[in-house]
Amino acid sequence: MSTPNLKIENLRVSIEDKEIIKGLNLEINGGEIHAIMGPNGTGKSTLSSALMGHPKYHVTEGDVSFNGEDLFEMEVDERAKAGLFLAMQYPSEVSGITNADFLRSAINARREEGQEISLMKFIRELDKKMELLEMDSSFAHRYLNEGFSGGEKKRNEILQLMMIEPKIAILDEIDSGLDIDALKVVAKGINEMRNPEFGCLIITHYQRLLNYITPDKVHVMMQGRIVKSGGPELAQRLEAEGYDWIKEELGIEDETVGQEA
Amino acid sequence: MSVETSFKYDKDYVSKFSESRQEPQWLLDLRLRALELAQQLPMPKPDKTKIDKWNLTEFNHISSKENGTELPEQVKALIGEDSEAGNLLVIQNGKTLRSSVTEELTSQGVIFTDLATAVKEHGDLLQKYFMNDGVSVDENRLTAIHAALVSNGAFIYVPKNVEVKAPLQAIYFHDDEQAGLVNHVIVAAEDNSSVTYVENYLSMNNEAESVSNIVSEVFAGSGAKVVYGAVDNLAKGMTSYINRRGRVGRDARIEWALGQLNDGNTVSDNTTHLVGDGSFTDTKTVNIGLGDQKQNFVAQIFHHGKSSEGYILTHGVMKDAASSIFNGITKIEHGATKSNGEQTERVLMLSEKARGDANPILLIDEDDVTAGHAASVGRIDPIQLFYLMSRGISKAEAERLIIHGFLGPVVNEMPLESVKKRLVEVIERKVR
Repeated sequence: MSTPNLKIENLRVSIEDKEIIKGLNLEINGGEIHAIMGPNGTGKSTLSSALMGHPKYHVTEGDVSFNGEDLFEMEVDERAKAGLFLAMQYPSEVSGITNADFLRSAINARREEGQEISLMKFIRELDKKMELLEMDSSFAHRYLNEGFSGGEKKRNEILQLMMIEPKIAILDEIDSGLDIDALKVVAKGINEMRNPEFGCLIITHYQRLLNYITPDKVHVMMQGRIVKSGGPELAQRLEAEGYDWIKEELGIEDETVGQEA
Repeated sequence: MSVETSFKYDKDYVSKFSESRQEPQWLLDLRLRALELAQQLPMPKPDKTKIDKWNLTEFNHISSKENGTELPEQVKALIGEDSEAGNLLVIQNGKTLRSSVTEELTSQGVIFTDLATAVKEHGDLLQKYFMNDGVSVDENRLTAIHAALVSNGAFIYVPKNVEVKAPLQAIYFHDDEQAGLVNHVIVAAEDNSSVTYVENYLSMNNEAESVSNIVSEVFAGSGAKVVYGAVDNLAKGMTSYINRRGRVGRDARIEWALGQLNDGNTVSDNTTHLVGDGSFTDTKTVNIGLGDQKQNFVAQIFHHGKSSEGYILTHGVMKDAASSIFNGITKIEHGATKSNGEQTERVLMLSEKARGDANPILLIDEDDVTAGHAASVGRIDPIQLFYLMSRGISKAEAERLIIHGFLGPVVNEMPLESVKKRLVEVIERKVR
C-alpha cells in the first residue's frame, strides 16, 4: 500500500466571484501532521471546504492530486471514498437519522456489496471509540448532530474520523468552542490515529491544540496564501509573539484576504 | 349551471345491480336517489387544485375478472403479523376473497365483514351508519356516484364496552385494469369500546387508466377509541377521490395514521368532527408525490364539543415534477370552550420542478381556546447533502437518508408496527 499523499499546486478558489485562495501550494504525506495557522479571514476554512468539494466554493485554477488522482475530477462522495476526510467547523444537523445509522452507512459506502461491516463488529468499534472520546452512549441513538452542543458536535466529528479511518484528514478549527478537557479528549482521539498510513492537516488559529498534538510542519496563512512554513517551534513563537512579526517581516499591513498591497 | 351527463350507468342498471346483491329496499332507494343527484350535483372543488380535466366519473363499474382462490403474492406480502390472530378481510377487484374473524370476537358481538355481506346480514345496523352522519350522498357529484355504485368495502361494528385487542386488517387489492374501485368502510365503535383497524389499498394499473372513489366513515361513541391506519398505494393509472371522515363522541378519540402514497392523481380528504365534550383526534399523515402527479390533501378538524383536542401532523415529500396542495384546517366552533387545536405541515421538495404548497388555516369562533400552527416548505439543504456526501455516502443515498429523516418523525409515531413497516417499504420504493 502506498503512502497517502495530498499535493496542492497553485490553488485558487473563489466564492461568489471573490477570490479567497490565491495560489496556494502544500503537500501532505501519510505519517505527517501539518498545521495551518493564521488569523481569521485569511482563507483557512475556504481551503478545507474547497478540497472536500463544498458547493459554494469554486476552484478557478490549480491542481490537487490525491494519491496520484485528480481530486477535482471526483465528486464529494468519491473524494471521501478515496480516503479524504473533513472534520467540519460547523457540522450539519440531520433530523431523523441516528448517529449510529449514519456512521454505518458511511462505513458501508466504502465497502463492496456483501462485505458490509457486521452489526456486532460495528457496535464494538463504536463503543470503544465513544468511550475513548468520553461520549455518552446515548449519542449513538440521537439524531445526527441534532441539538448537540458545539463541543458535542466536535467530538462527533472526531468519532466519525476514527470510525471511517481516512487516509488524509483535514480538521477545520476542531478546537474552537472546546474547553480544555474536551480539547484533550479530542487530541487523544487524533493522536490515536497517528500512523504512517494517515496524514492530517489541522487548521486552527490557536496554538493550544498543538500543545497536545505535535505537528511535523506548521504553515502560516495570510491573504489566501501560505506565507511562512516551519516546524513545531513556529507555532510556539506565534503563541508567544502573535502574528505581527510575520507581517512586519513580509511587509503585510492587513493579513485578511483582499487587502494585499 | 349545465352539468355534463355522460355518466353511463342508469336507473335500470343500478336497480338490477342492487337486486342481484339482495340489497334491502332502503339501500336501493338510496342508490337511486344518489344516481339522480349524480346527474345534477357539481364536482367537488378542492381548494387550489384544478380537477376539471381529471376523469373521476367514467369507469367500468364491476370487474369481470375471476379471482383465484389463493391470495395473490402482493396481498400475502401485506399481511402483517398483527393479523395472525385471524382477523383479515381481503377484497380483490371489488369481490371478497377472504373474510375471517375470530370466534372470540364474534361471540362478543363484534362484526368485521365485507360490505356486501353486511348489506345482507346486518342491513338495519348498517343503515344507521351508511352515509347518514358521516359522508352525505349529496355533498357533490362524486359522493353521489359513490352511493349509487358502491360495490364493496368493510363493515366493522364493536358493541358497548368491548375492547378489540388484535388489530383488524383489510386489504383492497385491485389488479383488474379495466375496473373502477368504489369502496366503502364503516367503523362503528359503540360507547366505551375500542378497536384498531388497518387498511391497505393496492392496485397494479400503472398504464391503464381507472378511477377509485373511496369513502370511510368512522364513529367513536362516548368513551370509545378508534385507531385507524391506512397505507394508500394505488398505481399511477388510478385517479382517486378519497374521503375519510370521523365523528367523535364525548371523551372519545379517533387516531388517524395515513400513508397517502398513491402514484396517481389524488384528492384525499380527512375530516374529523369532534362532537362530544372532551373528544380527541390526532391526524398523522405521510405523503409522497412523484412523476407529474398532482395531489390535493385536506386534513380538517371541526371542534364542536367543549375541551376538545385536535392535532394534525403532515409531512410531504415532492419529487420530480409532482405538485401537491396541503390544506390543514382547524375550525373551532362557537361554544367549544377550552378546546385546543394544533397543526404542523412540512413539505420537502427534491427538485426544481416539484411543487408543494402548505396552507395551515385556523378558523376560530370562540374566545376561550388555544390553537397553533406551523408550516414549512423547503428544498433539500445542499450543505446537508454535502455533509453526508463528505463521509462517502452517494448523492442518491444521502437524499434517501434525508427523506427518511424527514418522514421518520411521523412514521415513527404511527400506532402499529405493521403500518410502520409497510410505510417504510413504500417510501423506500418511491424515493429510490
